[in-house]
Amino acid sequence: MITETKREITYLEAVREALVQEMRTDKEVFLIGEDVGTYGGAFGVSKGMLEEFGPERVRDTPISEAAIAGAATGAALMGMRPVMEVMFMDFLTISTNQLVNAAAKMRFMFGGKCSIPMVIRAPSGSGTGAAAQHSQSLEAWFVNVPGIKVVAPSTPYDAKGLLIAAIRDNNPVLFMEHKLLYRMKGPVPEEPYSIPLKSADVKREGRDLTIVAYSIMVPRALEAAEKLTAEGIDVEVVDPRSLKPLDEETIVRSVSKTGRVLIAHEAPRTGGFGGELAAMVAESEAFDYLDVPIRRLAGRDVPIPYNRTLERAAVPQVEDIVAAARALAQEGK
Amino acid sequence: MTVITPEVDNVSAPGRHRLLDELPREKLGWMLQRMCEIRYFEEKAEDLYIRGLVHGTMHLSIGMEAGSVGSVATLRPEDLIIHHHRGHGHTIAKGADLTIMMAEFLGRETGYCRGRGGSMHIADIPGGNLGATGVVGGGIPTAVGIGLALQMHRSEQILLSYFGDGATNEGEFHESLNMASTWKLPVVFICDNNQYGMSMHMSKVMNIKKISERAASYGIPGVTVDGNDVLAVYEAVLAADERARSGQGPSLVDCLTYRWRGHSKSDRNLYRTAQEIEEWKHKCPIKRFKNVLVEGGAMTRDEVEGIDQAAKTAVDHAAEEALTFPEPSPENMEDEVYAP
Repeated sequence: MITETKREITYLEAVREALVQEMRTDKEVFLIGEDVGTYGGAFGVSKGMLEEFGPERVRDTPISEAAIAGAATGAALMGMRPVMEVMFMDFLTISTNQLVNAAAKMRFMFGGKCSIPMVIRAPSGSGTGAAAQHSQSLEAWFVNVPGIKVVAPSTPYDAKGLLIAAIRDNNPVLFMEHKLLYRMKGPVPEEPYSIPLKSADVKREGRDLTIVAYSIMVPRALEAAEKLTAEGIDVEVVDPRSLKPLDEETIVRSVSKTGRVLIAHEAPRTGGFGGELAAMVAESEAFDYLDVPIRRLAGRDVPIPYNRTLERAAVPQVEDIVAAARALAQEGK
Repeated sequence: MTVITPEVDNVSAPGRHRLLDELPREKLGWMLQRMCEIRYFEEKAEDLYIRGLVHGTMHLSIGMEAGSVGSVATLRPEDLIIHHHRGHGHTIAKGADLTIMMAEFLGRETGYCRGRGGSMHIADIPGGNLGATGVVGGGIPTAVGIGLALQMHRSEQILLSYFGDGATNEGEFHESLNMASTWKLPVVFICDNNQYGMSMHMSKVMNIKKISERAASYGIPGVTVDGNDVLAVYEAVLAADERARSGQGPSLVDCLTYRWRGHSKSDRNLYRTAQEIEEWKHKCPIKRFKNVLVEGGAMTRDEVEGIDQAAKTAVDHAAEEALTFPEPSPENMEDEVYAP
């Protein structure tokens, strides 16, 4: 899927580039959120954008997450393509009525006679020492709401292509940006391109087992896979990239080939998206190819703690993936 | 239980109302006809519900017809509204086709929302009715976005955003009025103040006498009007429209009124007295407007009763026709959730 390019930029720059390029070509696209203007966004994503597009289209707001979500929803209903930035994914709890009861439902509830083309950019995940209220991964909540799409890119290339696709999509798209990925560098073509939302990507091919991982778990799974090579274990890593809609086919094909699957995510295990992935595999033709039961490696069922050691221990790290993958590869042999 | 005497800022002066001269006769007739259609429509819907033909529940605005009609009457055809679960009045006032609307109540494929929304979620997007939300206050933040799009498109259109008294206790109300005021959005916020959030009288859930007092904290004008006086509502909303249209920003118009029926179909009216309900029935906005028209010499008694009868006939026909429409099919529902 990756086009040839020599230029490397960070995940954060890739997000910004997608925003800037779409705003240059479509005047209906605008960015709205807390401190996105002069400040440049809490993580610096929109740095420099105020200067290019002005305060109307790079719109600073009061600290009012419900009204920000409503502003995006209403503008989308009117045919604009707002991109709302929530400072931390955790704060979507305050926007939820607008997103879940309005944005997601208006099209269906009004008989298919309108559409809500908007993007909700949400910095997610732990690992920054920000503790319980600034570190969550709430994708499972939104995946369970018909009417919203959920995207979670793991590389700079995917971040740009998926954000452009999300902005051009005619539905509300929750776009998760993992805070630890912001500084990751990778090849990104300068020209605008979009990656279809329902397209998983095989990030690494392997024979012995499949790891299905998204967001921060992809680089961790790839690192784990490298370590396991030395032990003669050949790991395939599949990144669904969008959780909803989900490219089931690519996952099923991989699991059918390897016969073993480990599902990894950062969000707490109970009710997490891993359960959905596991059920999907179990209900698919891949079930007949499974040599051993499906395994999940997820965040522990705790709020994200502050202490560095506790925080690391709350979500899967590279060594946890290595251990779980090794055990899975050896199981039944 | 005490009977509350509500306070209003604006009441029509005694004697002949100046709007009887300023508004065209056709407009006055249109206002009366819409008020009567709302009344008959809701009575018909209630009857169909009792007969088991309408599913679910409904929130009737009988007794509140002056608020929706008096406000929508100020609009230009291209202007917009967004409203709430007790929204039949706004929908009819904005020009809904009674048959398509009744079809929605009956859950039919030809209804406004193809039977997916029902009484609580009627929208007519091409007609400028951007829909009703069933979550109290939930339409107010969306109104900010609609107003923002109008402003960014340099449109001359304005939006009326309706909600009830209970909604003004929601955080979304605060966030939205503050944001709309800060950005001077072309929105008029209208409180359909029937004094009760389900069972709770406003005096038990807010420590102010008038909801319009809340406007002060957003730096916008706020006025409480007699919401049973369609001409008083018209005057107050027209002033707010002009402010919105000229780029000066939003206003809050609090229309004090009363719902004769319970909150929804399960309400046994345990929180108010029969006497209170009867007193408000004597303040019927439709009877009152008819008297204003006749006593002011704008129309004869026969003319107003003729309009009333025409509204009843229109509703009866709408219900008859809507009952013949097809039910939707449950197949392929998933295909309608996302836009292509």
